[in-house]
Amino acid sequence: MEQVLFYIFAGMILVFSVLTVTSRRILRAAVYLLFVLVAAAALFFLMQFEFLAAVQLTLYAGGIIVLIIFSVMLTSHVSEKLEPVKFGKAAFAFAASAAGAALTVYTLLSYPFPEVSAAEIDTSMKRIGSELLGYQANGYALPFEVISILLLAGMLGVIIIAKRSEK
Amino acid sequence: MIEKIGIENLLILSALMFFIGVYGFLVRKNLITMLMSVELILNAVNINFVAFNRYFYPEKLQGHFFALFVIAVAATEVAVAIAIIISLYRKIRTIDVEKASEMKY
Repeated sequence: MEQVLFYIFAGMILVFSVLTVTSRRILRAAVYLLFVLVAAAALFFLMQFEFLAAVQLTLYAGGIIVLIIFSVMLTSHVSEKLEPVKFGKAAFAFAASAAGAALTVYTLLSYPFPEVSAAEIDTSMKRIGSELLGYQANGYALPFEVISILLLAGMLGVIIIAKRSEK
Repeated sequence: MIEKIGIENLLILSALMFFIGVYGFLVRKNLITMLMSVELILNAVNINFVAFNRYFYPEKLQGHFFALFVIAVAATEVAVAIAIIISLYRKIRTIDVEKASEMKY
C-alpha cells in the first residue's frame, strides 16, 4: 500500500514538475507547481513528518502559490502565451541538466549507503517546540532567532520597495 | 514506509526534480516562471533533507528543522522577489529578463 502511494506521488511530482517548466501559460504553470508541492507534502506525511507536511501545505501551497498567482495576474493577461523556447537554447539547457542528473543518479546508485535505522521517529509537537527553542544540545534557538530577523528584514524590504515605486 | 522503499528511490526523485528545476531556470525568460523553477529546486532539497533524517538518524530531528528553515527562507525570498518584479513591471511594463537590462532607479 505504502509502496503504491509512494510511486503515485513520485510520478505526480515528476510529471507536474516537467509541466511546470514547459507549460507556455504562466497561470497553468503555477497550478502545476501547486500539485508538485501538495505531492511533496504527501511524501512528508508518508515519512511521518506531520508537522513539516502541514507547514508545507499552509506556507507553500497556501501562501507562496497564492502570491505567485496574484503576481501573474498583475503582470500579464490570463490568456497570454509565452513565446516558444528556441531549439538551440532548450537543447543546451537539456544537455546540461541531463548530464547533471545522470552524474548524480550514477553516484547515488554506486554509493554504499549504511544500514537503515529502523527506529521509530518522534515528531510530536512537544518535542519540536522544546527543540526549536532549546539552547542546549539539539537546540535550535540561534537559527530560530536568525530566521525571525530575516523575516523582519524581508518585511521591511518589501515595504520599502513597494513604497518607492508609488511616485 | 522505510522498510519497503529504499532511500535510493527518494534521492533519485529529488535529484530529478532538482535538475528539472535547473532546466526551467536556464530555459525560461519570464521572471515569475524562473521564480517557480527556484521553488522546485528548494523543494527537491527539502525532500533530500527529510529523507536522510528519516532513514539514517530517526533519533534526531536535524533534517526536519533544516527543511523548516529552508521553507522560511523560501517564503521571504518569494515575497521580496515578487515585490521587485511588480515594481519592475510598473517601470518598464515587462517582466522579460532579456528586456529588463536596466536596474537603474
